[in-house]
Amino acid sequence: MSKKLVLEESAGYNQKVIEYIHRASATGLYEIRGMGAKRHLPSFDDLVFLAGSASRYPLEGYREKCVTKTILGTRFAKKPIELETPITIAGMSFGALSANVKEALGRAATEVGTSTTTGDGGMTPEERQSSKTLVYQCLPSRYGFNPDDLRKADAIELVIGQGAKPGGGGMLLGQKVTQRVAGMRTLPVGVDQRSACRHPDWTGPDDLAIKIQELREITDWEKPIYIKVGATRTFNDVKLAVHAGADVIVVDGMQGGTAATQTVFIEHVGIPTLAALRQAVDALDDMNMRGKVQLIVSGGIRTGADVAKALAMGADAVAIGQGILYSLGCNSATYVKNGEHLSAEAEYAALNTAPGYCHHCQSGKCPVGVTTQDEILEQRLEPLVGAKRVKNYLKTLNMELTTVARACGKSNVHHLEREDLVALTIEAAAMARIPLAGTDWIPGHSRF
Amino acid sequence: MESLDLHKISVRDLNHFLHKEAPAKGVKQVEVLNPDGAHNIAAGMDYATTIDIQGHGGYYVGGMNKHADITVHGNVGWGVAENMMSGSVRVKGFASESAGASGHGGTLIIEGDASLRCGISMKGIDIVVGGNVGNFSCFMAQAGRLVVCGDAGDGLGDSLYEAVIYVKGKIKSLGADARVEEMTDADYAAVKELLDRAGFKHDPKEFKRVASAKTLYNWNADANQEY
Repeated sequence: MSKKLVLEESAGYNQKVIEYIHRASATGLYEIRGMGAKRHLPSFDDLVFLAGSASRYPLEGYREKCVTKTILGTRFAKKPIELETPITIAGMSFGALSANVKEALGRAATEVGTSTTTGDGGMTPEERQSSKTLVYQCLPSRYGFNPDDLRKADAIELVIGQGAKPGGGGMLLGQKVTQRVAGMRTLPVGVDQRSACRHPDWTGPDDLAIKIQELREITDWEKPIYIKVGATRTFNDVKLAVHAGADVIVVDGMQGGTAATQTVFIEHVGIPTLAALRQAVDALDDMNMRGKVQLIVSGGIRTGADVAKALAMGADAVAIGQGILYSLGCNSATYVKNGEHLSAEAEYAALNTAPGYCHHCQSGKCPVGVTTQDEILEQRLEPLVGAKRVKNYLKTLNMELTTVARACGKSNVHHLEREDLVALTIEAAAMARIPLAGTDWIPGHSRF
Repeated sequence: MESLDLHKISVRDLNHFLHKEAPAKGVKQVEVLNPDGAHNIAAGMDYATTIDIQGHGGYYVGGMNKHADITVHGNVGWGVAENMMSGSVRVKGFASESAGASGHGGTLIIEGDASLRCGISMKGIDIVVGGNVGNFSCFMAQAGRLVVCGDAGDGLGDSLYEAVIYVKGKIKSLGADARVEEMTDADYAAVKELLDRAGFKHDPKEFKRVASAKTLYNWNADANQEY
């Protein structure tokens, strides 16, 4: 009789951890990858809506109006941003993404009446031309940052941190630093570009207030100024951003993506979007600034339900990065060329991955032409095809958002409120400070 | 010449004049009286005119300047001529932190000392400092030239890219990946041209060249550096 093979995996040293140690010992370097956290985190999935019934009055799902119009930057700017939807496109750089993709994002955003955002590396003519409403980021690196583009922008986003890597700077490995990217960033071609993690000309909120005034002076006080923070000590950071004079605050939770950073950052630094959003809203309430300073939340917003939950918790708008990339075909087995679906499986295999699992944005070898500067690969994403897919995705999210809002009896998506939500897990209830479903219990705040 | 008094008008009014009215009227010379350390004076210039600031300026004097020639007859706060694209800024006194930060072009001349992080992240600007520069000057500087007629503090040129630094005096310490290199005839000529532009009398032969060793340009497990 043969002996039964018994394989008992260690919880502490599981296959993933063993692979990590083997890799570290073989290379002496940490792993760098793209996208966001892969670990399980409390999220908007852990909340559900209490829609209308006998005690609440729903609106008819298809015919009754539900307003999605969103205005950002009403505090100081002469020209606030007016959008048709609270769903915006997050900052992603030319360099991380191809010029075709930047153009596609601009076209899609314009068609659905929302904004798109530049990234580390400056503004490309393609995205300015294709985007009706373009937010121009001012990052620590200041790559490509210049007064002409500043004046061409519709809003300015001063980036302090990013959810995927709060406390860390941007990263673009040499294979993506082509002649054009290098030229825009004033860097040698092929250099592993490590952006600064701190701004070069200010430290702390008092300096930041003067910096914001400078940007306002240069643009004659016309453009809204956003401050973007990676989610860590969000309650304090939001208060300091308000003090510094922000018109809009963007809070990016740890589910937020990146084109490249150390895995240790992605998985172990920052707090989940759910927890950060509640802290941000509390900070605005504490300063009596709800509605005066608008709040955008990002980091793991994927569906219309996520958008609705974010708005119900107190956000004025959301920004989406990774979801947009997926809508373009990221992690799809095929890409579209001249209307035909062609296989990209070989390119995934060359990266030692497969569709659905790829996070190799840092490599510049994106099998579907989204996060690449490679002349051949970037042709796999045609701007018009990409624009249509992003537009469809944003439209779907907007329809889901209004569906939920109507079911909750709201004729305006901005009327969604915390009272419309309950939590499915104790963790989510504690972080979002929303009662556990079927109870009045908010852990740490009320008795069971 | 137009004379504007910051005891009588706000910085916002001043900058509005400089951005809109001065170009419309073809004003070629502007004098700013009683600056008293106000921030953001002459930020965002996009017009070739001469501006004399008669006193001390605060943060970001001449920030993002294009075309204008600005002289501060006093000291300045943080970020003088930050992100300058073209034109010039001259500080007759001392400059606080991050002078010329991220500047793309033009010339920044500081007749006195410059504090910490002078030329940080610079991208093509030329900076000439008559005195000393503080710690971490030219941190992650990408392009352009910094001439220091006095001494340089700790961590000079940390994580340099293609910018070049010329120092006459002592260098307290070099930052990661920065090294002292041999001066060439082209370096002597560059230093002479920059000193002449600033109006400083020094012998170019007395300057040292600091540039990137380029060992951090690409990931290398054996470089033994803190990436």
